[in-house]
Amino acid sequence: MKIEQATWLHEHYEFSVEELCELSGLSETELRELVDYGVLAPVDSGARAWTFRADRLVVARSARRLRKDFDLDPHAVALVVTMLERVRDLEAELRDLRARLPRSVE
Amino acid sequence: MKYKDYYGVMGVDRKASAEEIKSAYRKLARKYHPDVSKEPGAEEKFKELGEAYETLKDPEKRAAYDQLGSHAPGQEFRPPPGWERQFGEGQFSFDDIDLGDLFAGMAGGMRRGGPGGAKIRMPGQDYEVTAHITLEDAYRGTEVDLELTVPEYDEDGFPHRVRRAFKARIPRGATDGQRLRLPGKGGKGTNGGRDGDLYLNIALHPHRLFRVSGHDLYLDLPLAPWEAVLGTSVQVPTLGGSVRLKVPPGTHAGRQLRLAGRGLPKPHAGEGDLFAIVQIAVPTVTSERERALFKELAGVSTFNPRGHFEQEDAK
Repeated sequence: MKIEQATWLHEHYEFSVEELCELSGLSETELRELVDYGVLAPVDSGARAWTFRADRLVVARSARRLRKDFDLDPHAVALVVTMLERVRDLEAELRDLRARLPRSVE
Repeated sequence: MKYKDYYGVMGVDRKASAEEIKSAYRKLARKYHPDVSKEPGAEEKFKELGEAYETLKDPEKRAAYDQLGSHAPGQEFRPPPGWERQFGEGQFSFDDIDLGDLFAGMAGGMRRGGPGGAKIRMPGQDYEVTAHITLEDAYRGTEVDLELTVPEYDEDGFPHRVRRAFKARIPRGATDGQRLRLPGKGGKGTNGGRDGDLYLNIALHPHRLFRVSGHDLYLDLPLAPWEAVLGTSVQVPTLGGSVRLKVPPGTHAGRQLRLAGRGLPKPHAGEGDLFAIVQIAVPTVTSERERALFKELAGVSTFNPRGHFEQEDAK
């Protein structure tokens, strides 16, 4: 059986606007709206051709699903995605604190 | 073809208005949407809900669905004679067709890109799968067996469920919650649309010794009271084999001793650290001689571990 190579969605790989749109299903207008609302930030917002860290694809896909599944306008999508990002950050912090906690604490 | 009870899935009456259907969908979507839900099995439930709503919100699809009659969920059935001619084009076999795929492909005719259907370029569907791997697998890199059941369209444009199995290589550098992408391994695109992708979500099994935070690892390091006081050198397990760790004299409980670069490798470059967290283990069974020595120590020592309590009392 052929072995498929999986690629990381991590911060050291970048997608162009076109790639991010194609992979997330967002239109370029929607993507630019998310940037305007501060949900997605290009690596260099001053660059002529924007690029995005590959891990931003997870956020872009989530935004597209929320817009479609809940019929949300761009502003509401931005609000929900921002909240979800905060929940994810807090969950990561909680995981980190739990990892530091000795197992046998009573 | 197996029957699916879309009204049952949405918890609405067969006579429900479009507004009632929309409202039921919104309520259940908030509960089960995979981006916001923590309910077990939410993804599967949301998929069923989405499929039901896609059919019932569209008056044409709902009418076609209603004419199939009412059966028990999962029951094999055949549509009434002429059904496919009324809502689609021509005759075809319903035997191995998924009801959801059938309605999903029903846009301006029942077929998707068949000879009579609209030739719309459609990208294949993306899929998300969670790969449960061990910490050792994440450290070394591993291969996982994946299996998907995806709709594929035959030359007449009719959807059939196809089981696809393959192996995927997860390179070194995975950790909990990390995502990987397998380009083109999702559903097939139609009429020249690109194939969908498969997204892998990494979930690590809990480990007997190590706890994980990002690419750092935490390990409890129990020391005997005299080891903590006098200092020692101990053998510590790591994912790359055991190493010797120097414990300085006067090491207190809770102190984190860092073993640089002994955590999980990172995908791009470098690796996390391993932190050994000191715990003072107290022997529960002591001999006469040991007790005598502890008593002697208690008599000799001027150490007061609760000195700060007294300062509080003096205020």
